[in-house]
Amino acid sequence: MAQSRPLQSLDMMVNMGPQHPSTHGVFRMVLWVDGEYIVEAEPYIGYLHRGTEKLCEGELYPQIITLFDRLDYLANFNNEWTLCLAMEKLMSVQVPERAEYIRLILCELNRIASHMLFYGTMGLDAGAMTPVMWGFRERERIQRLFEATSGARMMHNYFRIGGIKEDVPEDWKARVSGLASELEKSIEECDKLLTYNEVYLVRSVNVGKLSAKEALEWGVTGPCLRASGIPYDVRTSEPYSLYNRFQFDIPVGKNGDTWDRYALRVEEMRQSVKIIKQALGQMPDTGPFMATGVRRIPRPPKGEVYLGTENPRGEFGVYIVSDGGDKPYRLKIRPPSFVNLQALKAMLRNSYIADSVMILGSLDIVLGEVDR
Amino acid sequence: MRLLPEVLAPFSPQIAASYDDVVITVDKSKLVQMARVLRDDSRLSFDLMRLLTVVDYNDHFQVVYHLWSLGKRHRTVVKVDTPAAEASVPSVTSVWRTADWYEREGKELFGVNFEGHPKLEPLLLWEGFEGYPGRRSYQLFDYKEF
Repeated sequence: MAQSRPLQSLDMMVNMGPQHPSTHGVFRMVLWVDGEYIVEAEPYIGYLHRGTEKLCEGELYPQIITLFDRLDYLANFNNEWTLCLAMEKLMSVQVPERAEYIRLILCELNRIASHMLFYGTMGLDAGAMTPVMWGFRERERIQRLFEATSGARMMHNYFRIGGIKEDVPEDWKARVSGLASELEKSIEECDKLLTYNEVYLVRSVNVGKLSAKEALEWGVTGPCLRASGIPYDVRTSEPYSLYNRFQFDIPVGKNGDTWDRYALRVEEMRQSVKIIKQALGQMPDTGPFMATGVRRIPRPPKGEVYLGTENPRGEFGVYIVSDGGDKPYRLKIRPPSFVNLQALKAMLRNSYIADSVMILGSLDIVLGEVDR
Repeated sequence: MRLLPEVLAPFSPQIAASYDDVVITVDKSKLVQMARVLRDDSRLSFDLMRLLTVVDYNDHFQVVYHLWSLGKRHRTVVKVDTPAAEASVPSVTSVWRTADWYEREGKELFGVNFEGHPKLEPLLLWEGFEGYPGRRSYQLFDYKEF
């Protein structure tokens, strides 16, 4: 490749971003290129840094939930859930089963919504316009249900420490089950449209390879790690909530290339539908939606706790240090995109400039949580 | 996991339990050697670093490492203390490369020096930013409630 060429030439520096449409947010990278090949890449982040962790130290625990909505803004429910689960672990709160099923179903739907957006933008990065239309259409269906449930399409603020804000509408179960069967069909439709498209295959197979060893060294989690062949999923490795009650597969890739990372997410959507269907069958029709004995302004005991959950992008974790007060002494977020993005340097080396957009897209970063 | 005190005996750590975690507190001079044993010893094999955090306790800083073993499916927490006046901890980037950006963030927001880090440059804040905004003493709220 680049090393074997007989002529000596100077590397050229190319700046990409922060206002580049294909960086999925305000993200900048500097590429040193030798002709068409990338010799070295350096990512620069921080354009969206709001100091969320420091802000959390000044807020009461229930107020933090709103801040968590704004981290990974494509998987709001999953973020809220992680904080609530961590707090419940810290305070040893038992959440009513009905509330837990509702939260789990909403989070799995959110995973599908997030992957649908990924599906669309991935097609767009490869130059196809239709997938983004179809992806957004499916995502909008899910968000309509979210709106009916929580009152907001994106910034829900619906989960509470010990349950949920209010009970779901009466016809909720029927609506979710209808949505699940609709999604099942449309996932197949989307799959047919893009996955084995010849142009798409040429653009993505063997592009941006990440070996299992390298992925692990960089601490990559989520679909990106599984695409490299390591079946690490927090839902099965450390089953939180009710995940040990369901039958589902953890899809694993072989090559760790861009196509594997894409196809794995499509398969994950199918698995999520499977989980939702099982959860709907097991969910009790009536019951409390909030745990008893949780104060409006909780004061967890002195101690510290770390809890990780499987977000659409990887392991999202919260580390809370409590001094017994109504505000956290220290709150640290483990954002999956932040850690995954470190591996970008290794993936870009020796690839074409034209593929850099595809490789970045296949990591599926959300700058809201990279910069916090 | 039961072998932990035996395997780590040369580093004379303090081992305690908190919730479902095993917390290992070690002197910072032995951190990197111990980290290598934690990763490479086949009985422990902590190959995934989940989180690196700096916690400010006013008089001292505590650096917390959350580790996970993919093969063995167990977790542990490593803690290292450093005085606030001379906040410095050896870098573990040679053991887990994941620590790279976490340590840069720790330096930038808390002013903890990670010795031996290949490139300890600012990561999140803009060029020329002064102070360490992660610290407890840093006043963030410029408004007052009446």
